Amino acid sequence: MAQRPRPLSPHLQIYKPQITSIMSIMHRFTGIALAGGAIIFSYWIVSAAYGADAFETAQSVMGSWFGYLVLFGLTFSLFYHLANGVRHLAWDVGIGFDLPVLRKTGLAVVAFSVVMTVLTFIIGLSM
Amino acid sequence: MGNSTSGMRSTLGRVRGLGSSHAGVGHWWVQRLTAVALVPLVLWFVVSALSMVGADYEAFRAWLGTFGNAVLLILLTFALFHHAQLGIQVVIEDYVHGEAAKTAGIIVTKFVALLCGVSTVLAILKVAIAG
Repeated sequence: MAQRPRPLSPHLQIYKPQITSIMSIMHRFTGIALAGGAIIFSYWIVSAAYGADAFETAQSVMGSWFGYLVLFGLTFSLFYHLANGVRHLAWDVGIGFDLPVLRKTGLAVVAFSVVMTVLTFIIGLSM
Repeated sequence: MGNSTSGMRSTLGRVRGLGSSHAGVGHWWVQRLTAVALVPLVLWFVVSALSMVGADYEAFRAWLGTFGNAVLLILLTFALFHHAQLGIQVVIEDYVHGEAAKTAGIIVTKFVALLCGVSTVLAILKVAIAG
């Protein structure tokens, strides 16, 4: 009998994408991005303690077009992970498991993250 | 559930310290605890960071050195890096299957989080206390 590899559980791409599964994987992706953001946060604060030159360098890096792109992505990730995290905390105490409710809270999280990200940048850029 | 030796203990209390690692639900619980702390801290930080857009070195240090800001920033730093390293640990445990690579990944994650966290807290204290 030919030796066959052990069966694997179905991969992500086999399933039809659903708001629940897409939002779950997005929570993970945004979490990983925010861990990188935490290092940038650290660099920003440490540069201020290091001296004027270091702080100016940090500000100019974050103020470049690439810096803005990263900050935009991080801002969206932050609001998404925050709102969806609250959704997770509600599930932890047993609230909001019905499928229609799941879809509604899911869409609310997406709408909140988009609106708050745009609003944050409008306020930030007008200052 | 009604067992005479555990009648006074909560469900959470009963599963703490159990499991093959003897860590029980410690990881799960601390991840939630830091999540709850991060909700107000992160919202405060976004508003504060927005008020610091375009601030120069002196203005930023003045903001950083204010007692209330320094306290909230230290709390944010602690909750943020603790939460982040717990989350990355779960991702590594889920996707890295080799035991050596998995352990190395978790160790590096914890060390980087500790290095960044301690550096940030010291930077805040330096500006707040030494000026």
